[in-house]
Amino acid sequence: MTNQNTISRESDLSGGEYKWGFVTDIETDLAPKGLSEDIVRLISAKKEEPEWLLEYRLKAYRHWVELEKSEAEPTWAMIDYPPIDYQDIYYYAAPKGTNEAPKSLDDVDPEMLETFEKLGIPLQERAALAGVAVDAVFDSVSVVTTMEKQLGELGIIFCSFSNAVKNHPELVKKYLGSVVPYTDNFFASLNAAVFSDGSFVYIPPGVKCPIELMTYFRINTEGSGQFERTLIVADKGAYVSYLEGCTAPFRKTSQLHAATVELVALDDSEIKYSTIQNWFPGTKDGEGGIYNFVTKRGRADKNAKISWTQVETGSAITWKYPSVILKGDNSVGEFFSVALANNHQQADTGTKMIHIGKNTKSTIVSKGISAGKGSNTYRGQVQIMPGAENAVNHTQCDSLLVGDECGAHTVPYIEVRNPTARLEHEASTSKVSDDQLFYLMARGLSEEEAHHMIITGWSRDVIKELPFEFALEASQLLKVSLEGAVG
Amino acid sequence: MTLATPAVAVEKFSGAYESLAAGSSDVPEWLKAVRQQGWATFSELGLPTKRRGNELWKYTNLQPLAAADFAYIVGGLVTVDQIKAAGPWDDAWNTIVVVDGKFSAELSNLHDTVGLDAGSLAEAISSGKGDIESQLASLAGREEYAFTALSTAFIEDGAYIAIADGTELEQPIQVVFVTSDDAESRASYPRMVVDAGANTSIVLIETYLNLSDSAQFSAPVGELFAGDQSTIRHYRVQIENESSFHLGTTRVRQLADSNFTSTSFAVGASIARNDVHTLLDAPGATCTLHGLYMTSGSQQQDQEISTTHAKPGCSSNQFYKGILSGKSHAVFSGKVVVMRDAQKSDATQKDLNLLLSRGAEIDAKPSLEIYADDVTVAHGATAGHVDKDTLFYLQSRGVDEETAKAILVRGFAEEMLNEFEPKALNDFVERITDERIPILLAESDTIGTA
Repeated sequence: MTNQNTISRESDLSGGEYKWGFVTDIETDLAPKGLSEDIVRLISAKKEEPEWLLEYRLKAYRHWVELEKSEAEPTWAMIDYPPIDYQDIYYYAAPKGTNEAPKSLDDVDPEMLETFEKLGIPLQERAALAGVAVDAVFDSVSVVTTMEKQLGELGIIFCSFSNAVKNHPELVKKYLGSVVPYTDNFFASLNAAVFSDGSFVYIPPGVKCPIELMTYFRINTEGSGQFERTLIVADKGAYVSYLEGCTAPFRKTSQLHAATVELVALDDSEIKYSTIQNWFPGTKDGEGGIYNFVTKRGRADKNAKISWTQVETGSAITWKYPSVILKGDNSVGEFFSVALANNHQQADTGTKMIHIGKNTKSTIVSKGISAGKGSNTYRGQVQIMPGAENAVNHTQCDSLLVGDECGAHTVPYIEVRNPTARLEHEASTSKVSDDQLFYLMARGLSEEEAHHMIITGWSRDVIKELPFEFALEASQLLKVSLEGAVG
Repeated sequence: MTLATPAVAVEKFSGAYESLAAGSSDVPEWLKAVRQQGWATFSELGLPTKRRGNELWKYTNLQPLAAADFAYIVGGLVTVDQIKAAGPWDDAWNTIVVVDGKFSAELSNLHDTVGLDAGSLAEAISSGKGDIESQLASLAGREEYAFTALSTAFIEDGAYIAIADGTELEQPIQVVFVTSDDAESRASYPRMVVDAGANTSIVLIETYLNLSDSAQFSAPVGELFAGDQSTIRHYRVQIENESSFHLGTTRVRQLADSNFTSTSFAVGASIARNDVHTLLDAPGATCTLHGLYMTSGSQQQDQEISTTHAKPGCSSNQFYKGILSGKSHAVFSGKVVVMRDAQKSDATQKDLNLLLSRGAEIDAKPSLEIYADDVTVAHGATAGHVDKDTLFYLQSRGVDEETAKAILVRGFAEEMLNEFEPKALNDFVERITDERIPILLAESDTIGTA
């Protein structure tokens, strides 16, 4: 993951700083543009899905059609974008020849391997040395999952969602939609109807997953949407650390990404979910970029813990609120986030902590950085239900403004229905202090270096929550994403 | 976005509006136009009973208001003694009394004060006093907000206060908004315009009370203009009866180096909203918005507090405290907007709540919208309860349990009560608080239990 310096830079035309904007020239199997019941059936048929899953998709699709008719696409976020034409999107795009899941890396198209190599994602078996297992998702399908066998020996299931449907239908059926039902919201309904692929993880009772599991999402095809679905189940007493990374090529047209992630943490288990979201953010002038509308939610049972850590540097639009339903007594929810909006990027992101069980505890640390003409909104909800005795929440959200054309907003919702709860919410908004800059520059740092050092330090509370390799990448990303915003 | 739904409860008000419009031949043309515009906006909006997807009314349920019926008739019976008994009073103050939305010359206690013009709004309108034509409904009534629109449609009377440049008044000016002592349920829309000239200094007290237990609906609107280097010390006391609906709006526009400091005391009404917006419209303006709300039974108290920093070098401070008991529900929705040009802004925002019972609910939304980079903005919110250790500490010093609880609740309110400086006013809010605390405690089931 540290070999990104060897990747040659794209020309200025491609938006300068975005180094992941290349296109892989590969034959693609595309379903016709647009959304209809036929397309939903086609996706399901392509994936040779069982009848119950097709039924699920169709129910979701019909619900979504109703939502669209009643104009239920959410408009409350502080984001501004031209209306999305849902009939002008490819809902299924797959690299040719991937209908059959590859048996091993040897079966994978070399072009594809090279793509992931360029992205710094270790798919080769030497990846074992890096201590991660990877599920690589290219447009609508999972290309390959590494180390499936080794993990299998521990009873851990880590595979593409499609494979899980084929090989572990009982688990998928039991948990799919259990945390994010298809009726949840406009984008979750859409996803439930047309989701393509994604990752599936199951950790059996008492098992601590010894390595990090990672999914890498790549959008390649122009005009396609990506609708992945991830489901992670940690059985009683289990532990898993899961990483997610994403990039997309440079395109002057915007692309829709509407994913759903469900986490189920059964009694005494722990799920740590880390994201580096680096979708193409659009050009400096605000052309193109990914529209990222994502629903992520976890359910924590008794004594369970769910921790979301996210570094959001990409996407033209980010609409994302990784949440935890603290259902079981003594369960813990955490949310650590750094979100950066530069140039014309708009991010409306935060979390929801729903306290239902007794003695539940949640921590929210959000750092928002706005630069250029970017707009960054923290939107968070902390809800203490009547039965949540002695619930505790601590929220800290800080915003940093770089330049005088950006915006930084904070919209917390604090809803308390139990008097024994203790809640604290703190927030601050400021710019990088001139004194700090002066101090560093007096010691020989350039203005840009000084800014980077201050911002990295300011974000440290979140970055330190990331697994080591990711932390390094996150720090680099912040630097690259801020290029041109200073001086 | 939702499908257009018919505006709720418009017809309930249309008869009254039509008879008002028909019977006002002596009203200036400009006011007719203002009213018409208000009515047009309200007809489109209706009562905001829909909460889902409606940020402004997400937490407050107005169904009971939509279901209630009110007459629009003015002129009941009120005596000065009743007002003196029910609210704060000091003979030294200039007091304007507005009964059922109409200025009452008999009940008002106005001294001949140099530089102060205080009296009837209707008269100010008909005689075209000062800048009334450009001021009235300029801060409130032209936006898309149901209750200011409704109030604007019914503009008739209220209080008008103008302070000449350079005037510094030591004695407070009080405006008492009162409803009559009879069984009638009325709708009233009193307006207040305060025009504080440059280099003025005043203390202004707004008091809202009812003399009967019948359900009243009032949508009072105050518009305050703070001139250059003016100082307005403002208090707002709302102690309406617990079957009433109080949807109050205060809009303040501040000019250079002006200082607006406000403390609100809100304990009354069945459903109450205190909607305050201050516009810091020139460099150096400062505003301080503080308040205490106490709720019990099934009351809903909603504080909708916002400040816009439009120009550089202004500072604002929002600080509210709430004490909730029974099955009551309070909302604090604070907002600070710092516009692109408003560099060197300084803003703080804080909401602290004490929950005394199961069934009580607090919803806090302290939000910030910042478009300028050279700012210092911080906000915070907390909710908590009186824990058993604190209670035990007091009891171990020989204080009995009931007294200990009262001391702790009173202690939480104290810093807000202390802000009420005029003696008669301070005595009054302390008295009301001391009367309320036993009610809050009687409905409390969790104080000191965990």
